[in-house]
Amino acid sequence: MEKLKKKIRSFSFWNWVIASIIFRLILIYFPKNLNLCSRPEVSTPLTSFRRLAEGYWLKQSSMSPYAGSMYHGSPLLLSLLGPLTVKRIEGQPNHLLYSLVSVIADVVSAMLIRATGQNLQVAYFGTLKSLDLVKQIELSGLVPLAAFGWVIATHLSLYPAILIIPVHLSFVLAICDLLLGYGPDAPPRKLFLQRHQQKGLSSQSKLPPGFSWGSIIHFAFWALLWSVYVLVLCGISLKQFGGLWEMFKSTYGFILTVEDLSPNVGVLWYFFAEVFEFFRNFFLIVFHVNILFMILPLAIRLHHRPCYLAFVYVAICSMLKSYPSVGDSALYLALSLPSDMQFSLFLFCGYVGVSLLSPVMHNLWIWRGTGNANFYFATAMVYACLQIVLVVEGVSAMLNHDRKLRSLILDKPRDAKS
Amino acid sequence: MALLRRPLLLLLIVTHQFLQLWIAFGSVNEEGQKQEEFYEELLLKPLPDRKVLTHFHFQSSAPPTSNGRHHHLFPKAISQLVQKFRVKEMELSFTQGRWNYESWGGFDSIPSSNAKPPGVELWAVFDVPQHLIDPLWKNLTHTLSGLFCASINFLESSTAYSAPEWSFPLASGSLRYGTLPREAVCTENITPWLKLLPCRDKAGISTLLDRPSIYRGFYHSQRLHLTSTGSGSEGMDLGIMLEQTLTVVLQPISQRASLVRDSEKHIQPSWSLSSIFGKQVSGKCVLAETSNVYLLLDRGLVAELKQLHKENEKSIENSLTSENFWTNPSFELSAKPDRIFIEECSLLSKNSSVLYKFEVEKYSEFEPFDLGITWKIPIVWLCQQAPLHASRFLTGSGNERGAIAISLKSTQTTEGFMGAHSNDERCELRVDVFQVVPWYVKVYFHSLQVFVDQQPKAVSDIIEKIHISPSKDKVSPGVMELVLKLPCSMSSTALTIEFDKGFLHIDEYPPDANQGFDIPSAIVSFPNFHASMVFLESDSLNKSPLLSKFQEWSHVMSYTEVLLVPLTTPDFSMPYNVITITCTVFALYFGSLLNALRRRVAEEERFLKDKSAKKTGQLPLLLSKLSAKLRGRRSEPPHSSPVSSSFINSKLVFKVILIAGLAVCWQYYFL
Repeated sequence: MEKLKKKIRSFSFWNWVIASIIFRLILIYFPKNLNLCSRPEVSTPLTSFRRLAEGYWLKQSSMSPYAGSMYHGSPLLLSLLGPLTVKRIEGQPNHLLYSLVSVIADVVSAMLIRATGQNLQVAYFGTLKSLDLVKQIELSGLVPLAAFGWVIATHLSLYPAILIIPVHLSFVLAICDLLLGYGPDAPPRKLFLQRHQQKGLSSQSKLPPGFSWGSIIHFAFWALLWSVYVLVLCGISLKQFGGLWEMFKSTYGFILTVEDLSPNVGVLWYFFAEVFEFFRNFFLIVFHVNILFMILPLAIRLHHRPCYLAFVYVAICSMLKSYPSVGDSALYLALSLPSDMQFSLFLFCGYVGVSLLSPVMHNLWIWRGTGNANFYFATAMVYACLQIVLVVEGVSAMLNHDRKLRSLILDKPRDAKS
Repeated sequence: MALLRRPLLLLLIVTHQFLQLWIAFGSVNEEGQKQEEFYEELLLKPLPDRKVLTHFHFQSSAPPTSNGRHHHLFPKAISQLVQKFRVKEMELSFTQGRWNYESWGGFDSIPSSNAKPPGVELWAVFDVPQHLIDPLWKNLTHTLSGLFCASINFLESSTAYSAPEWSFPLASGSLRYGTLPREAVCTENITPWLKLLPCRDKAGISTLLDRPSIYRGFYHSQRLHLTSTGSGSEGMDLGIMLEQTLTVVLQPISQRASLVRDSEKHIQPSWSLSSIFGKQVSGKCVLAETSNVYLLLDRGLVAELKQLHKENEKSIENSLTSENFWTNPSFELSAKPDRIFIEECSLLSKNSSVLYKFEVEKYSEFEPFDLGITWKIPIVWLCQQAPLHASRFLTGSGNERGAIAISLKSTQTTEGFMGAHSNDERCELRVDVFQVVPWYVKVYFHSLQVFVDQQPKAVSDIIEKIHISPSKDKVSPGVMELVLKLPCSMSSTALTIEFDKGFLHIDEYPPDANQGFDIPSAIVSFPNFHASMVFLESDSLNKSPLLSKFQEWSHVMSYTEVLLVPLTTPDFSMPYNVITITCTVFALYFGSLLNALRRRVAEEERFLKDKSAKKTGQLPLLLSKLSAKLRGRRSEPPHSSPVSSSFINSKLVFKVILIAGLAVCWQYYFL
């Protein structure tokens, strides 16, 4: 009976997978104006496919890919994905090959997230077993993979840098956030690959501290190695142009200074389009410190749940980052959400409402010219508020959950005594 | 006394005269043969669409001298400018209206060097090392802006000018080019321009420059071109040639306009200097070497006239050049021309244009010069067109993205060129395109497409050379220079390039933001074609700078239209609202998350239980009051409180003290 149920579940899962792949393939053949690759919700200045093509074209014509203010991605992406921008199949849309690659990447990432979830369940139900798994993973060399994932994700979009704390906190867990923020076509644009190990149910740490230090050093070593490796690769590919400094300036500098004011689902573009030039630097610091400021309190309160901590960090980043897209929220929504959260219906309705209203407002403002920038900004504002409510409620729900667990554990012996 | 005084006075006068003579003689000797010279000329040309082209040409030159800053005729402001900014060559033009290439011609040297894009165009070549050019350019723009009462200083910002590599044949690298398409040109610009002339507009040909009639015209372009010669070393001043031209296209008011009959509708309007300018020329400017007025009948018109003559009186074949041509059956001139020049036949067309020369010198105040032309029979002709007719337009709708398209259509000149090269199979037409786009029009250069006769072609087949410097946000504009090799047999070519519209900060929008932003004209030039008119008997023409200008070989050039790109605007009245609302949302995030993290439900429950058990609500109230007091009064020394409240809750008190101490530190050290 149990097996049959499982079979039915897996069958329906594969049905869903196939349906979503077919949906993605249909999206590719949408006409150009409706094409998701030009939607502001999906493509940001950092992840735009056309900008990648421009960067590749500039590089091919022996100019620095950062020569104009067009391309702001990694030089490695250019050599990996650049050729796809020029290869065409006769009679097919220009972006076909590239879209197919991104569909494959998305399917792989979805599979990996699913595998992560299954691992998490296994760990959740069997503490002892998970400890064995910890060792196994340790032996199987997942630490280098985790370090690699972290380095690449940071290299590509800077914000995953703060995920170092959950990575470290969870000792062995390897979080490979390949936050490949690329791709033109579909909303879930992030390839997220998370391997992690959750340590037990309760709060008290069972592992000896020496073990953790060793793995931290292990991780740091690998992270250093990978980052040096990535930088050397970048240096080689940019040797005849501006070098690494130009790359830092036009990737991380571009992210941190919010130079591009084109509308997106975040709130910073309109803020920096309107704010007085005199206060610009002040607000840049304030908004970025807002992300950094929450790292420590969250790490203190959620140190026993590194996976959940990572989820909260990802959510905060996708809310406060300078060029957010719906792909970022798709990533954290695909991760674990506590089931006993308040306002979940309200949040769901809010997300649906914003995702319907925001394109309408954008159309009214940009294409028809009848609307106003404030209309679109209002939807962005509502979206930000929804995310805030989600994060806050998620964190408090998880804390309540832990509290309940603790009281259950603490009360049990008391009950036994009485 | 009186007797004695007279010879003294006489002596004084004589010595004075002698001294003056000596000084004059000496100065001539010192400067050698070369002296400062000034020429004034005016060219009139009837245009096919019942309009008249008037082209004023003033040229003053200063030879290289070593005698410092003294000039007789040459404007001192210009020479100082050249000396200070080491300008090798410079051209500044103020234009209002658009040159109509189709009906006013595009092949002669007048349109190719005097038809300018609307607004202000400035380019300058500097004779200094590369790293000094940009600061000099900035200073130059400010100086010119002061000299000509125009906002040329907006060209100072690096987003407004560019450094073309090879679109200008003069000097690559040391040339800077900038345009202001939206500059309004008016009398305040022409007055300082006239001030540079030795006679201003008080005498000579420039008296014709009546402001209302100039600005009533369809097109007027006021240009200043200066070239410095000689090496500036060894303390020698540079020789400077200053060329000032004013090109105006006017619609003469026909005197018979009220009683036009149907048969007379096609007759060209008769006009005279007094009817189009409302003034007459009463003699030349005494400081000018020569002062001439020319009337040019272009090739098409002459060919048409010849045909009419053949029909009417076959006997007089060569009547156009004969002395009494000015009273021929098709039109009549009110003044007798002093000379008639005929153009040498060129390769491209069998016809040659005719030029009548009138010397203003002969006329005086009592007998003012008033050239007029009266047409007797209707005549229709066409001006010679540029090889390709270039136009530019925007495609796409909405405020997010679009595309710029440059279309080149062949004209009858191309057909002539094709005919000349018909036996050559691999006949190619070279076209140079120079396009500057401001940074807020974010061009995707990889999206460049070429269509020849509506068929998409591979970019590498058509484009021989390409030079691109992509735009940097808020730093530099995008520059695109193309060399196209087009097959002669094509009838139309189109280049398209896509762009995204940028979003600007509210301070970067001009006052009327909803009007849109201008993309400066593209320059389309044809290096295979040269606009020059070589007149027979050219030995006598050496003296005339205007005609020698005509004889120079220059590329045929045309400017495309200025494009108006509407950009989306934010709400300009909202900065405060946006700042407060956004900050509120951030505060909401920060506060509520911190609150969620801080809250300890179990402890609160325990605390409540204790409170209900003890039923003493005083203690926490007191505590909160105390803490509020502490926070309110920052100046309170932190060590005063612990004794009083140590028995309540040492941990809480410690926290309070810590916060108070931090506040005190903050107050004293950081603020």
